[in-house]
Amino acid sequence: MTLALQTFATVKDAGAALKAAGACYLGGGTLVVRAANEGDVSISGFVRSTEPALSAVAVSDNEVRIGASVTMAAIARHPDLAPLAHAARVVGGPAIRNMATVGGNLFAPTPYGDFTVALLALDATVSTGDGELPIETFLAKRESNDAIVTAVGFTLPKEGGFRFLKVSRVKPKGVSVLSIATVLEQAPDGTVSSARVAFGCMADRPIRARAAEKALIGRKLTADGIAPALAVARDGISPPTDPIASAWYRNEVLPVHLGRLLLA
Amino acid sequence: MAKVPVQFTLNGAEKAEFIDSGTTLLHALRDKIGDTSPKGGCHQGTCGACSVIIDGELRLSCLTLAEACNGATITTTSGLSEGGVLHPLQRAFLDAFATQCGFCTPGMIMAAKVLLDHTPNPSREDVVEALSGNICRCTGYEPIIQAVLTAARSNSQNAA
Repeated sequence: MTLALQTFATVKDAGAALKAAGACYLGGGTLVVRAANEGDVSISGFVRSTEPALSAVAVSDNEVRIGASVTMAAIARHPDLAPLAHAARVVGGPAIRNMATVGGNLFAPTPYGDFTVALLALDATVSTGDGELPIETFLAKRESNDAIVTAVGFTLPKEGGFRFLKVSRVKPKGVSVLSIATVLEQAPDGTVSSARVAFGCMADRPIRARAAEKALIGRKLTADGIAPALAVARDGISPPTDPIASAWYRNEVLPVHLGRLLLA
Repeated sequence: MAKVPVQFTLNGAEKAEFIDSGTTLLHALRDKIGDTSPKGGCHQGTCGACSVIIDGELRLSCLTLAEACNGATITTTSGLSEGGVLHPLQRAFLDAFATQCGFCTPGMIMAAKVLLDHTPNPSREDVVEALSGNICRCTGYEPIIQAVLTAARSNSQNAA
């Protein structure tokens, strides 16, 4: 059985069509067509918009706005988004990166959604047809979101301030055991003045590591300096068990990989 | 369900069909147009057997809706040989024993073609990265990697 596709020139018209029961927004297709192929009977049709703004990237005075339809491949090769290139390149293989969109990644369930981990550490805002939301608020209620995501926005971190790590068993590319993104600011003496840390695969969606963030403030990025942060890194996590890794394994290796990222 | 028209260029030839709305490109190519070179493996975007080149980019035809390809230029492995002469990648795959059951081969060749189109002299690391979305359960990958490197050298020699 096939599912009808409706294409609209504007987000507004697509949003109206999306209110029909079972209608599902189609971005790159790597989540929703996959679900339909797998037999997800909750999907009765696809809706998409070809509004040009959805495919635009704008960078001005370090303020970034990425349209929801921009693909991982486009982010990886965009000269102004070089700090994020690595986080985009670790999403899937080349074909997936040519299709998977930044908007879709916000909805990717664990163990997917690695780029969203980066966006969470960047404290991005998510723009929808209903307005703008902090990404953490958006992620908390993404299942009930019924407005089309149009863009994400964030401030580019200072040079060297953004770090990202994805751990997978299959090389060079595989599904995540876990992913970690950090945005750190350091005083001239090297002490951490501000820290945002986000984890992937440590819950059913990307989460902030508040306790670790707090423990990093005022500390230097040395083995001794980060020890308190590693000690509380597991606070609030509930990693899943899946074919990639057990919850126990994820729990055990999280501080190890966080330590490696912070000391890199 | 109402049929919808789709039109695109497939391996240099104009194709126009009426399909059920929501049909995947893989289904349209194989069952409507008769190009069975893209293979339906997982239908989940995991195996890469259905890989095709759409407007110069590698895509997965199992996750692409045919209607979204209106006006596009599509290349599949069946369009690579010219006048009965195999494409250098096809020749190299045969010579290097890079194909066993053959199911992954068309997707591997599409991924390799995009790589060589943009990076004529790839490193081994480049090849491994380019093939990272394609699964082979037979060869252990090494013959495939060597075939792509051989094809690249062959292209370079022919261009010299």
